[in-house]
Amino acid sequence: MNEKTMMKNAGKTKGLHYEEPLLWEYSQGGNCGVDWPQAEGREPRTGVPERGKIGLPSLSEPEVLRHYVRMSTWNYSIDHGFFPLGSCTMKHNPRLNEKTARLPGFAHIHPLQPESTVQGALELMYELQSWLSELTGLPGACLSPSAGAHGELAGMMTIRRAHEQQGNIAKRRVILTPDSSHGTNPATAVMCGFEVRSISTSETGGRLGVEEFKEALYRTDPMGGDVAGMMVTNPNTCGLFERDIQKIADLLHEAGGYFYCDGANFNALVGKVRPGDFGVDVMHFNLHKTFSTPHGGGGPGSGPICCSEELSRYMPVPTVVKEGDSYRFETAEERPDTLGTLKAFAGQFGIFVRALTYMKSMGADGLKQVAEDAVLNANYLLSLLKDDYHAPFEGPCMHECLLTDKVQKEFDVKTLDIAKTLIEYGYHPMTVYFPLVLHGTMLIEPTETESKAELDAFVATMKEIAAQAAGENGHDKLHAMPLSSPRRRLDEVKAARNPILKYVD
Amino acid sequence: MAEFRYTKDHECIYVEGDVAYVGISEHAQDALGDLVYIELPEVGKRVEKGGDVAVVESVKTAAEVYAPVDGEIVAVNEEMADELEFVSAPVNENGWIVKIKVADPSALNELMDEAEYAEYLKEVD
Repeated sequence: MNEKTMMKNAGKTKGLHYEEPLLWEYSQGGNCGVDWPQAEGREPRTGVPERGKIGLPSLSEPEVLRHYVRMSTWNYSIDHGFFPLGSCTMKHNPRLNEKTARLPGFAHIHPLQPESTVQGALELMYELQSWLSELTGLPGACLSPSAGAHGELAGMMTIRRAHEQQGNIAKRRVILTPDSSHGTNPATAVMCGFEVRSISTSETGGRLGVEEFKEALYRTDPMGGDVAGMMVTNPNTCGLFERDIQKIADLLHEAGGYFYCDGANFNALVGKVRPGDFGVDVMHFNLHKTFSTPHGGGGPGSGPICCSEELSRYMPVPTVVKEGDSYRFETAEERPDTLGTLKAFAGQFGIFVRALTYMKSMGADGLKQVAEDAVLNANYLLSLLKDDYHAPFEGPCMHECLLTDKVQKEFDVKTLDIAKTLIEYGYHPMTVYFPLVLHGTMLIEPTETESKAELDAFVATMKEIAAQAAGENGHDKLHAMPLSSPRRRLDEVKAARNPILKYVD
Repeated sequence: MAEFRYTKDHECIYVEGDVAYVGISEHAQDALGDLVYIELPEVGKRVEKGGDVAVVESVKTAAEVYAPVDGEIVAVNEEMADELEFVSAPVNENGWIVKIKVADPSALNELMDEAEYAEYLKEVD
């Protein structure tokens, strides 16, 4: 579609409707996808009569297939359209990644095969480790964590292990984190047995302030001797680069703490900035964000970590090492300070193939352009929308821009109504009510893979929504949205208060 | 007309003798939306000013309720856990979440009154 057609069509999409009952409601009894004769002389354990006894629906293969395919048409994915979910980096997943991941030599191997028969796969993992280390300036790399939050856990367990091995864990109990951090950050710190000390960013324009950081660092010990480390997302969830991060990292290091960086927003920095250069000791990646592997149902996710020289000895095993011309897994015996294994086998191998394919097809220069274009696209949206919506931070922003419903609240239209109206217009909404540091936030991350025409169509839709909110009966119109989706507004409060978790006929 | 006091974290407090009734302000309720869950502390727990006393969870988010002063939890509103709409009632009626026996009543003077809180809300918004 050219730009003109795209603009003409903006806001005209209407959903496909399938009213789809549950499998149990379909079930007529007596059908079965696969059935085979009972073995002679044995009690029947499979087949239609047995299925009936345990309450499974009885359906044939085409019935089951159609059920799931029809339901899949209710999905919205990056393959459908623009998906501006902030802090999630919903970029296009290149098909080349899928092609390489399906090569039989990668797709049909087993984790228990002898290492001598999977040298190519080990080499690929070794190369991926090298790319991640190069991009972060952090020499140690462990690929095994299964997703972002698992990578966080691996990172924080590495910090914990370091303090344990150094004999400091009894006094270093505190993890510092700004109030703009991802909710998983404090949760991970608590999972690792630390106490969380939150640093307010409300007085410092959404960024971490040096004075506020010092106050938190020295609050209960003048030397910061009870602080184990800090968890910071950079750029942060307000879409802002932490300008004082180097200074803050120096203060933390002087006090004996380690710096964990949440790599969720690495798309803004990849190829441009090496986090190791601004003081990061350990960082996780979301291969399914920055490195274009599938999210969610199309996943699985993958959350490798990279560590500084100092922390590398503590991080989880296994990693792949190279000896002469061959590759093998490093063992726990070789690295006695390791915290151990976090997961069976070596991680999400199919995702490693996709991520390395992406890196090699982009090249170092291409990855640099990823960050530049991602930031450019977010600023393009911010500049076009800031007259219609309240932009709490002037900008320029990094890879995502933050708006609030402050203007629309005058007409009793809130962020939720704006998000629901976007569904009516065929878009997946942005991230709403996050970050928590401001009211009614809308966090929009376009990524570098959207064209100018796509962004313009989205802006036109957002402007139309703002105009409707301010127009006659705007409140009534937007409160009724969405109109065309398979379901309108769900009663989220009732669902949370009285969840119905099992099917009753 | 009952007199209420407020914290910067949007707790709403009603004082009766040396007991502070602690709930959340209308502004906080508006920001949170309808509550879906509330987590209450144990009666008898000692609390410090600024420490967590309860967690309120809505569809949008979960938020901590902080102790406005040092003291001891002397009662928790079990009925609110079942009737979450109670949170919007005045704090001196059904809207209290916990009652704290205040260690030092003079600490209550540091809290904002109605007018100061209204002024504060204008600043933060």
